[in-house]
Amino acid sequence: MSDAVKANGEPKNYLNDTYGIKSWLLTLDHKRIGIMYLITLTAFFLVGGVFAAFIRLELMTPKGDLFEAETYNKMFTMHGVVMIFFFLIPSIPAVLGNFLIPLQIGARDVAFPKLNLASYYLYALGGMFAIAAILMGGIDTGWTFYTPYSSSYSNSFVSLALVGVFINGFSSILTGVNFMVTIHKMRAPGLTWFRLPLFIWGHYATSLIQVLGTPVVAITLLLVVFERVFNIGIFDPTYGGDPVLFQHMFWFYSHPAVYIMILPGFAVISDVIACFSRKRIFGYSFVAFSSLAIAVLGFLVWGHHMFVSGQSTYASMVFSFITFFVAVPSAVKIFNWSFTLHKGSIKLDSPMLYVMGFIGLFTIGGLTGLFLSTLGTDVHLHDTYFVVAHFHYVMVGGMVMAFLCGLHFWWPKMTGRMYPEGPAKLGVMFVFAGFNLTFLPQFILGYMGMPRRYHAYPEEWQALNIMSTAGATVLGLGFGLTIAYFIWSLFKGEKAPANPFQAKGLEWDIPSPPIAHNFEAIPIVTWEAYPYGPEEAASQSTETATEPAKEDEVV
Amino acid sequence: MSDHAQGAHSLHHLHQFESAEQQYESATLGMWAFIVQEILFFGGLFCAYTVYRNTYIEAFTAGSHHLDIFWGTLNTVVLIASSLTMAMAVRSAQTNSGPGRIIGWLIATIILGCTFLGVKAIEYTGKWHHHLIPNSTFQWNDPAFPTVTLGPAKIFYSFYFVMTGMHALHMIIGVGIMLWMIAKVRRNEISAQYFTPIEISGLYWHFVDIVWIFLFPLLYLIGRHH
Ligand SMILES: [Cu+2]
Repeated sequence: MSDAVKANGEPKNYLNDTYGIKSWLLTLDHKRIGIMYLITLTAFFLVGGVFAAFIRLELMTPKGDLFEAETYNKMFTMHGVVMIFFFLIPSIPAVLGNFLIPLQIGARDVAFPKLNLASYYLYALGGMFAIAAILMGGIDTGWTFYTPYSSSYSNSFVSLALVGVFINGFSSILTGVNFMVTIHKMRAPGLTWFRLPLFIWGHYATSLIQVLGTPVVAITLLLVVFERVFNIGIFDPTYGGDPVLFQHMFWFYSHPAVYIMILPGFAVISDVIACFSRKRIFGYSFVAFSSLAIAVLGFLVWGHHMFVSGQSTYASMVFSFITFFVAVPSAVKIFNWSFTLHKGSIKLDSPMLYVMGFIGLFTIGGLTGLFLSTLGTDVHLHDTYFVVAHFHYVMVGGMVMAFLCGLHFWWPKMTGRMYPEGPAKLGVMFVFAGFNLTFLPQFILGYMGMPRRYHAYPEEWQALNIMSTAGATVLGLGFGLTIAYFIWSLFKGEKAPANPFQAKGLEWDIPSPPIAHNFEAIPIVTWEAYPYGPEEAASQSTETATEPAKEDEVV
Repeated sequence: MSDHAQGAHSLHHLHQFESAEQQYESATLGMWAFIVQEILFFGGLFCAYTVYRNTYIEAFTAGSHHLDIFWGTLNTVVLIASSLTMAMAVRSAQTNSGPGRIIGWLIATIILGCTFLGVKAIEYTGKWHHHLIPNSTFQWNDPAFPTVTLGPAKIFYSFYFVMTGMHALHMIIGVGIMLWMIAKVRRNEISAQYFTPIEISGLYWHFVDIVWIFLFPLLYLIGRHH
């Protein structure tokens, strides 16, 4: 490789391999595509965050004094649409999955690099539609686009936003297809399914849902667009259409979509917790299969969103029962992670602090889900702030924490720079404290009956709402700090070694940042995942062998 | 490393793959996975159709009576024939029958595909003249079915147009893919050693045909025993 050292002494890597804006915009390198997603996603995260800030500002006072009711409707709708479809759903798979799946399985790229780039542009195009809808005056249907309001009555820019979500859906589907094929067909020699890092298992399960669920919501939303634009009658009750059918079709995807949003989080946590406990993950195959179990069961529970929508009581009972069942594989993960910690040599670097935060917050999010899957309590809690708090514990406390966890853990690999540990620890504290201060009061508010999606409320709830807004401020500072030191580290951060955390996995055996085609020679894997124990590490080091260069290959 | 992508690999596999076989398997699996998502895409429509068909049996029967069974049957035959010509195109590629043969079968497939689309256009025009386009101009009055009101009839026609429209869109994309395949054959990129693009395009084409095999009875043939 010495011949590849550049004139300025810096070895060639995927970042300095080629230069210029075109070399990025037309790149087929999965690592660069991952970085492009990261930049775009962050922009959407900030847009969604601005709407969240407006919501919390309005709710500081009981009266609706900052926005009119209609404007407020648009605020929470656009917060939801942007955050769910353009931030959370792509987040970990599009950024970390893109960057790491080929590295972790010992491949030179994903199976279909052009399709991968196309997926990015579909995402960007869909995002442009959503932004256009926002700039032209917004949408007010709620992120769930319930008919008949969305199809027949709303005067906001629903069609534009729906087309955006539709296009973005195909980005998600094609990414799923790409990852699935990559994981099936591109693994290095010797890398059997049960030697894969759990990061890969989690993404495989996610891809399954993306491929099986997203097309259903795509056609459903398209029907709503047709209904608005051409005035066809499918969900419109004036023609005998059934608006509740929309809810069924919407949640058939949108409940599994919750797992699109959380399974990649599990995937990150499994890798990071093993590294910072210096132990193999406890119950590897249980954790692996629990991801698949969640993916499958996730398709059978959508009706728990419709307990009060007039669906049959018997259907509700079945949906309620299966929903309880999903708690089993989720709990399997939590217990296995806890046992991984048991007697491990735990190091509390900032990625590990995010893991700790994740486990606590996701557990609260999961357990409060059981209140909502219980028929009787759901009637009381439905459409209250209890629901809002519950899914934010899962989505922000779970997924966003896991995303930040993974970003810190793999930041040195992605950028070749270390993030500064001191500010990072401060950032975790801000995020964790701010998050809890924002959303714990909302559980209480919801239990007391404060409905979601209203811009005004009775005065006795003001104290808790002010706490929530104060928490959101701290949370925002935490995110701001994190973004700031990440950007700072790109220029001033310490140069990262190949493996700063002494982690195990193929991605850590190559330089930080990796070269354009990842591996000089494709590795041959002869060891199990996570060989952190002393005897396992010994066996790996004696057996680390790389495939001899093939004759027809220049390396 | 960076020169890894060039030259060294054999002609027919891309840099990310280690062998032509791996590339072939990946492409095929990718197309199957894509077809699975297509099944769910149409599956959403079929599911909604089933719900309304059960709710408005009479209206769906009535609506179906206004579809032209002659054109529908003709198109079914045309599509099945196009599946045959497509299969022949793949076969000629696999057996090295020469670019002329492959292109001939592909052109036959395109002609049949366009015939299908032409017939569809004729049918759509007919619906336009009979005010059966399910927008605000939709009108419904059929003395043979006095109990069927405008609303449910409009729902049937909404499904008819969305389902056949989505299918036709897939046909148009299919024709585009065939043109692309012809270009590939002309550039000598297809051979008995490497016919993956034609084969997976064939998978797609057959899938689109099969969708029609379900659409035809569900839209044209229901309640014909009346
Ligand atoms: Cu759900």
